[in-house]
Amino acid sequence: MRQFFGIFGNLSEVTVGSSKPLAGLLLEILPPLPAFLEEYEQLLAMITACGIFVGVVPLIPLVLVLAERKVSAFIQDRTGPMRVGPWGILQTLADGVKLLFKEDLIPPYGDRVLFRLAPYIIVCFSLAAFVAIPFGAIDLGDERYVFIVSNLNIGIFYILAVSSVIVIGIIMAGWASNSKWSLLGSLRSAAQMVSYEIPVGLSILSVIMVVQTLNMQGIVDQQDGGLHSWLIFRTPFSFIAFFVFFISAIAEVNRTPFDLPEAESELVAGFHTEYSGMRFALFFIAEYANMFAVCAIAVTLFLGGWQGVLPGIDILGGLPGFVFKTLFLVFVMMWIRWTLPRLRVDQLMNLCWKYLIPVSFFNILGVGIWMLIFGADTMDMKSLGPSLVVIVIAVFILLKQVFKGVSGTKRETTPVPSS
Amino acid sequence: MIIEEIQGLLCEKFGEKISPFEADAVHDSCILVDPASVDVICRYLYDDERLAFDMLMCLSGLDLSPEDENLSVVYHLFSDVHLHKVPIKAVVSKENPHLPTVENIWKTANWHEREAYDLFGIVFEGHSDLRRILLPDDWEGYPLRKNYKEPDIYRGMKVPY
Amino acid sequence: MATEESKFIEVQPFSDEMVLSMGPQHPSTHGVLKLELRLDGEIVREAIPHIGYLHRCFEKHAENLSYPQIIPFTDRMDYISAMNQNWGFCLAVEKMMAADEKFSGVPERAEYLRVLVGELNRIASHLLSFGTYGMDIGAFTPFLYAFRDREEILLLFEEICGARLTYNYIRIGGVSRDMPPNWLDHVKNFIDYFEPKVDEYNTLLTENKIFIARTVKVAVLDEDMAINYGITGPNLRGAGKKWDLRKDEPYSIYDRFDFDVPIGHDIPRIGAVLGDCWNRYKVRMDEMKESVRIIRQILNQKIPEGPIMAQYKAVRPPAGEIFDRSEAPRGELGFYIVSDGSVKPVRLKAKSPCFTALSALQELSKGLMVADIIAIIGSIDIVMGEIDR
Repeated sequence: MRQFFGIFGNLSEVTVGSSKPLAGLLLEILPPLPAFLEEYEQLLAMITACGIFVGVVPLIPLVLVLAERKVSAFIQDRTGPMRVGPWGILQTLADGVKLLFKEDLIPPYGDRVLFRLAPYIIVCFSLAAFVAIPFGAIDLGDERYVFIVSNLNIGIFYILAVSSVIVIGIIMAGWASNSKWSLLGSLRSAAQMVSYEIPVGLSILSVIMVVQTLNMQGIVDQQDGGLHSWLIFRTPFSFIAFFVFFISAIAEVNRTPFDLPEAESELVAGFHTEYSGMRFALFFIAEYANMFAVCAIAVTLFLGGWQGVLPGIDILGGLPGFVFKTLFLVFVMMWIRWTLPRLRVDQLMNLCWKYLIPVSFFNILGVGIWMLIFGADTMDMKSLGPSLVVIVIAVFILLKQVFKGVSGTKRETTPVPSS
Repeated sequence: MIIEEIQGLLCEKFGEKISPFEADAVHDSCILVDPASVDVICRYLYDDERLAFDMLMCLSGLDLSPEDENLSVVYHLFSDVHLHKVPIKAVVSKENPHLPTVENIWKTANWHEREAYDLFGIVFEGHSDLRRILLPDDWEGYPLRKNYKEPDIYRGMKVPY
Repeated sequence: MATEESKFIEVQPFSDEMVLSMGPQHPSTHGVLKLELRLDGEIVREAIPHIGYLHRCFEKHAENLSYPQIIPFTDRMDYISAMNQNWGFCLAVEKMMAADEKFSGVPERAEYLRVLVGELNRIASHLLSFGTYGMDIGAFTPFLYAFRDREEILLLFEEICGARLTYNYIRIGGVSRDMPPNWLDHVKNFIDYFEPKVDEYNTLLTENKIFIARTVKVAVLDEDMAINYGITGPNLRGAGKKWDLRKDEPYSIYDRFDFDVPIGHDIPRIGAVLGDCWNRYKVRMDEMKESVRIIRQILNQKIPEGPIMAQYKAVRPPAGEIFDRSEAPRGELGFYIVSDGSVKPVRLKAKSPCFTALSALQELSKGLMVADIIAIIGSIDIVMGEIDR
């Protein structure tokens, strides 16, 4: 028995560099346990740490759903929900309660077991991704404790692995519904998520080549020292990789312009057409948790994680900064959703296979060459200067092209009617 | 081209298949044609360069009164080339309302003829897909006929109310 | 007699094809259209439209109603542009009544009011089409922008006739009531507000790369095919045919106004070809501007004072028959009326522009994808109330 729990004990003490996970922090700051529980204290600390995440993470969708509705409302010249609570802030709570009380329908001739199982799988694996995301860190004594449930040394690999299980849940939901719309939606989703995992993986790879670790906290540690040490600016290729990653991430979480699996004007509601009540709400929770997770990963990998903009200033262990950066990316996702139309299936696949994947491969090649020129240890600042110069020039050329396109547009779209 | 000239051209070509023209109508006056050769006449109206009726604006069935023993089909034609229009009318008997389709001349006639079949029971021979369009497939009777009596019960539902 | 059995698609056993019933309850079939799709994966091998779910026996009703009583029924045909439906019907009846010497003709003031509300309703209708098309393609925001502006038009209508959707405003011989004081100022305010909005919407949706990718070269309806299918209105103009009844067979007082007839164009920059979804959509955007132009001209002219209703004893059109068409926002709306000189028509047939446009869907949609079907339905801009009558 003791050996068995010993595994957990070891887990909570896995260290990379000098960081310890949240459970270690809890052991440090919570009062000592009564004697009969002492041998399980590692285990209890782990459970508490998990409990905190399991308790907090489902609240994220609650906030994000309201945020989505408010953001969309302001984009669309409306006020959004205003009735429940001041400024409508309790709206999602009320919706949740309503969904809880709704009848739980299972379509006849559907596969009942899979139908019930699918939402749980999706929710579990979207929440599982949060295990390895560092939300912040705090120094106590000479130890650094990271707000992370498990500081896995294969952190980002683990996240990629669990987030790709979600697609199984989606296919299960589509199949078990015994509805053609759901089936079409889920198969679209499968094709889309499997395809877009490739650019996601490749652009993460180009980051990992630079930092040379898979550990999430290890990646954040290397971005210590302010804005200029963020990985996005480290090489010009990681700058491109960030955008490839973000575009693919939008597709991964099935949001406009890549929301084909749940395209309401085509497939009614896609894979969750037949779901009602709390099971439907679980899909929602998973969707928004996913969205937060991919943005958190983007922040961790490219935008310095919980590290502040200026070196040394990490309020509350960098947690507010981290949440702010993540929410900003979430906002960008919402902004895109309420602005852009939806792509067609073939165009979606074209974008992935003809543009994003070649660009990602080019990125990996570029990072390799960059490292060859500026040395394998690109942590030092000598590569930053050239990198910034290249990025600025590239952005300048890009913006010039964009604005040329815009002004050209206005000139040509009003053709003189041929009389 | 005015309707008298069109009538003249048709008479020249088809002879007695075109009824004499009644010019004293208050409003639009139709050219009455032989129902059995509607498709030939329409093909001529479509093909002839002087006529070039390339658009079928409307195709409607017509039942004038319960006592009337005939149904009519009215084709309103329009030419985008010459900007003239003409109504063509073919009269068929209620017992045996058959006449050839014009679907292969104007594709729009497909749905219009289905509608006339649905509401008047006029059968267009040679139509590729003649079935009810507005009413349910198992509806009985042709509602726009003047002597139509709606059923009391349709699929367990009371019809008149 | 032909067989009564319904024709449904049959799928070969062990084939890779799937039959999908799209509708009658579906978010983007614009009402209760049912499409039976034979799918090979995402590709549509065949799409058979089934209509009639909104059939309300308009034509049968009309045979049992006097002419003025029919007008509210025309409201319910194309409820998006009810003014133009009223107008189309009244035009046909007035044309028959012209033979009656007791009928004094539509007064000038009524004609001006008709053009005003008709063009406003055209804008409202095209706004709805623009908004729902955006939604069909997946952009939700234009829909609410369109509804915001359409709301202003509905408020104007509410002021002038008390109704917001089914107006019953245009009557045989005139209009039901005169405009309230300051109404023209409200119209002017709206027009001043609305005119720049069209350009805003063009930058928001029309020029959007994804929107262009979704609509350009999709379901090309060329001019010959359009004419053969009897397709009229913006769908025909999108195919490059400059044909508008307001211009080419002017009814009412349209000959006094200066406006263009927007048509589709080949635009190599974005790859648009004549008659594709993008061009059909663009024609509507341009038409809104032309409607604004017409309304501006009315506002700048002095609307003559005088009666708003013609003098007549009763609506008893002399016996005979007539087919008359007018330019509704969705195309040429025709009314075939047979009168026997009594107060009720013997036969009334409404030729709906959407009916003919939808009949082309089967041919247009072959070999496209499911998402394209939605794009086509949106671009031909159908209203099921008018198709099923």
